[in-house]
Amino acid sequence: MIKLGVVYGLAGLVFAAYAILSIRDQTNPRRGRNALFWGLLAASFLAGDRFGDLGNGILVLILAVTAGVGRLGQGTGGGAALADRQTSALRFGNRLFLPALVIPVVVLFGTLVVKTWSLGPEPLLDPKQATLISLAAGAILAAGAAFALFRQPLITPLQEGRRLMDLVGWAALLPQMLAALGALFALAGVGRVVGDLVTTWIPMNTPAMAVVVYCLGMALFTVVMGNAFAAFPVMTAGVALPFLVHRFGGDPAIVCAIGMLSGFCGTLMTPLAANFNVVPTALLELKDRFAVIRAQIPTALPLLLINMVLMYVFAFRPHG
Amino acid sequence: MLILLGVAVVVAGFAAGFNPLLVVVASAFATGLAAGLSPVEVLEAFGKAFNDNRYVSAAWLILPVIGMLERAGLQERARDLIRGFRGMTFGRLMIGYLLLRQLTSALGLTSIAGQTQTVRPLLAPMAEAAAGEGLGEDDRQRVRALSAATDNIGLFFGEDIFMAIGSILLMVGFLDQSGVRLEPLDLSRWAIPSAIAAFAIHGARIVIFGRGLSRRTGT
Repeated sequence: MIKLGVVYGLAGLVFAAYAILSIRDQTNPRRGRNALFWGLLAASFLAGDRFGDLGNGILVLILAVTAGVGRLGQGTGGGAALADRQTSALRFGNRLFLPALVIPVVVLFGTLVVKTWSLGPEPLLDPKQATLISLAAGAILAAGAAFALFRQPLITPLQEGRRLMDLVGWAALLPQMLAALGALFALAGVGRVVGDLVTTWIPMNTPAMAVVVYCLGMALFTVVMGNAFAAFPVMTAGVALPFLVHRFGGDPAIVCAIGMLSGFCGTLMTPLAANFNVVPTALLELKDRFAVIRAQIPTALPLLLINMVLMYVFAFRPHG
Repeated sequence: MLILLGVAVVVAGFAAGFNPLLVVVASAFATGLAAGLSPVEVLEAFGKAFNDNRYVSAAWLILPVIGMLERAGLQERARDLIRGFRGMTFGRLMIGYLLLRQLTSALGLTSIAGQTQTVRPLLAPMAEAAAGEGLGEDDRQRVRALSAATDNIGLFFGEDIFMAIGSILLMVGFLDQSGVRLEPLDLSRWAIPSAIAAFAIHGARIVIFGRGLSRRTGT
């Protein structure tokens, strides 16, 4: 069975290559720091399971300090000049889109078709990780297609990958760090405490009040925790089931489905949802770290209001 | 109550502009210590969780091939393509992308697009090209931010219509533990009204922003 370990090994090697390219980059005044950062990440992917929990804890601490005290740097060389890219764009035309299309096609094929294949009694792909394994396969096949079409030197994907990775910098690691923090929050019972607070202090005498508390609570709690999945069990066990469903007789499917989407409105407004809201500001070279969130709030707030209305209107109809 | 110290650290740390990686580590320690763990136990718990969540960062494997395509001129080609379409306005491009992202996500195809795969190399340059020649730097930044936002909104308010997505399965599992038996389809069809509302609201914002843009660029 192909498991995530294969993907981790590959990612480890790529990060190791970034570390080596970083240390040799004379145009980056902080090359040592960058090399240490990507090198530690490479070590984590290649051998994280052998470090033990404390070893991994120390590794994270060094990673955070490396990127957080002082800053990571960026080389000035490497990228192709605009004129070269324009010439190349004219030369290859729409063939440039072909490798880009390979990725979604492979992901689709992997998650819909290869996922059902098996090797003897075992499935070929680890079913829980089929998407990520397919994405990695898609990246490799797309690179193969790009080599065939553009005849770039073998080092190009690593050099260009490192250039983009340096552009993202520490933000690349934030989603994983926040996921780990979420696990620690769960361990400490943060969710339970928040749920108790809400139900103790806010009176929920009418369905309308309970709808507002549940939807607003989902959104706010998501803003604080960074993802709606963490908010859902807390707010649903604390507000939706006891009040909306059991006391006021609301339809649980409608309440929960719209409650989760109210949480998604919160996801649009929090820097803790780093993958969606912080990483793109680095990828798109935006000056304002909150630019994507600012662009999302005017959609998220009215949508939150509409979710409340939808829940109130549909969940309490007489059940037919 | 003291447990919530970690949450306060996150909020204050982000607001004050400290490096988020350090803020997360500080919050982990505040939470763990408040829960009665020793510093070493906090480090162990955090280290284990970090190692278990490596799959989150593994998705960066896609960057090298994106870099190859960019070096070969993908962004420039994307711009040229949009300039070549007569009648391709900023609004039509963005609304088209929003609709496509919602529909494909609703079919479970969430991974075929994304910030790294499509927004940076394709959507953002296309949106800039569609916005016209006289685009100022401030507007360019806003166009890019709105491109990223449009991808997120299309994804979030499409994916829950698909039955086998993580959040639907989480709800089914959680409700089952709480004694409420539901089928995924019961939940996923109730994601449709919000999806339509999201399309209407964000689409309207795109149109309004696009009008302002064409006034400023004079096209």
